[in-house]
Amino acid sequence: MMKIDFSGLDPSAPIKGRTDELCGDILATPSFALPTTHDFDGFQKAAVQMVKPAKGTTTLAFIFKEGVMVAADSRASMGGYISSQSVKKIIEINPYMLGTMAGGAADCQFWHRNLGIKCRLHELANKRRISVAGASKMLSNILYSYRGMGLSVGTMIAGWDEKGPGLYYVDSEGGRLKGTRFSVGSGSPYAYGVLDSGYRFDLSVEEAAELARRAIYHATFRDGASGGVASVYHVGPNGWKKLSGDDVGELHYMYYPVEPTTVEREMTEVSVA
Amino acid sequence: MESVFGLVGKDFAIVVADSSAVHSILVHKTNEDKIMLLDSHKIMGASGETGDRAQFTEYIQKNVALYQFRNGIPLTTAATANFTRGELATALRKNPYQVNIILAGYDKETGPSLYYIDYIASLHKLEKAAFGYGSYFALSMMDRHYHRDMTVEEAIELVDKCIVEIRSRLVVAPPNFVIKIVDKEGAREYAWRQSIKDGSVLEA
Repeated sequence: MMKIDFSGLDPSAPIKGRTDELCGDILATPSFALPTTHDFDGFQKAAVQMVKPAKGTTTLAFIFKEGVMVAADSRASMGGYISSQSVKKIIEINPYMLGTMAGGAADCQFWHRNLGIKCRLHELANKRRISVAGASKMLSNILYSYRGMGLSVGTMIAGWDEKGPGLYYVDSEGGRLKGTRFSVGSGSPYAYGVLDSGYRFDLSVEEAAELARRAIYHATFRDGASGGVASVYHVGPNGWKKLSGDDVGELHYMYYPVEPTTVEREMTEVSVA
Repeated sequence: MESVFGLVGKDFAIVVADSSAVHSILVHKTNEDKIMLLDSHKIMGASGETGDRAQFTEYIQKNVALYQFRNGIPLTTAATANFTRGELATALRKNPYQVNIILAGYDKETGPSLYYIDYIASLHKLEKAAFGYGSYFALSMMDRHYHRDMTVEEAIELVDKCIVEIRSRLVVAPPNFVIKIVDKEGAREYAWRQSIKDGSVLEA
């Protein structure tokens, strides 16, 4: 009979000496028997694996009347272990362009830094700033040439150039999409829901920042691989500016404050006779 | 899987493609243009891996332009189709491109033509062709209602029939389609068929 798998909760210390059956049963982690099917969890696991975006993070960006709003969480996870709650996932490529990080942290940091270098070289060689389309195409071509070699990058390049606000989604499979609203990472389906329903082109900067913050918060609430701090950046005609960085735990109590419950009868101390 | 289909009419050819950019369950974009204008009288609709699709079709487009610059005359549709197939074949056993292509063009001497080129580099000159999950519905619709020398109106009616069928029967039906036409006047966008409007649409 299959037993439910609690091996992750096993106490660590190995037992020295001979373990007899009784000892083994007492010291084993408590478990209960599962129904006798071939593979009890398999179907659910397979369905979720197929569908859930792999990169453990939530990032989003959208274009609106006043420019581009970019937001991200700050959790780094290695499987079930949270390795950091304070990762900078919004990378400053240059003073008027931002990149978001999803996927492998090293890959994103390295290639964004590399892109920043190439953009600066372009500026020096051509005496004008590179466009967002150009920068994203450069990155996309580099990532395409490393296709199949295991890079994991899901990034959005957001900036303001001569044509106005620009937003491109670039990933390590070599895809590059121009658009007005994107969200990347395992928390992205949750963020899309909030973002799509609250989005209007003519939002003000404060309203757009609040929408971005709220979308990140809701994604971190439901997705285990997202959390930490929700950072919000705004890219305007004069470059980017960091607007806020709020801990999502605090945001939770701000959006859903604890209602003081009425107590039916106060407990009073029993006086000792 | 992305739907692309096309057919040849009296003196024009039409290529239709869906316009969703999808990653597993997420739809990133519903107005992605997958039919590239190779030159004034050729269009190439492609479906497959996002990166491969954009990179490969752009590569073909630039090479078609280069030929014209070097030689002063444009390539014929047949030559373009064979060049494309050759590129796919060369890459096939090293670094394959996962793209399926429907190439349509109008040549002054030979009129309209349509070529079916799949990801393992097979090439067929056809009057109607389709790729993707949508092909299960589009192919039989076209087999039933197609006839030689259709007018533009008849062809668009058939295209719309196919789109309606895909929308109603395919479980992950793409909401929007783009239709492009190539004839004696040149290659151009004919229409969009949209059931979802994407916020403020910025064309790629």
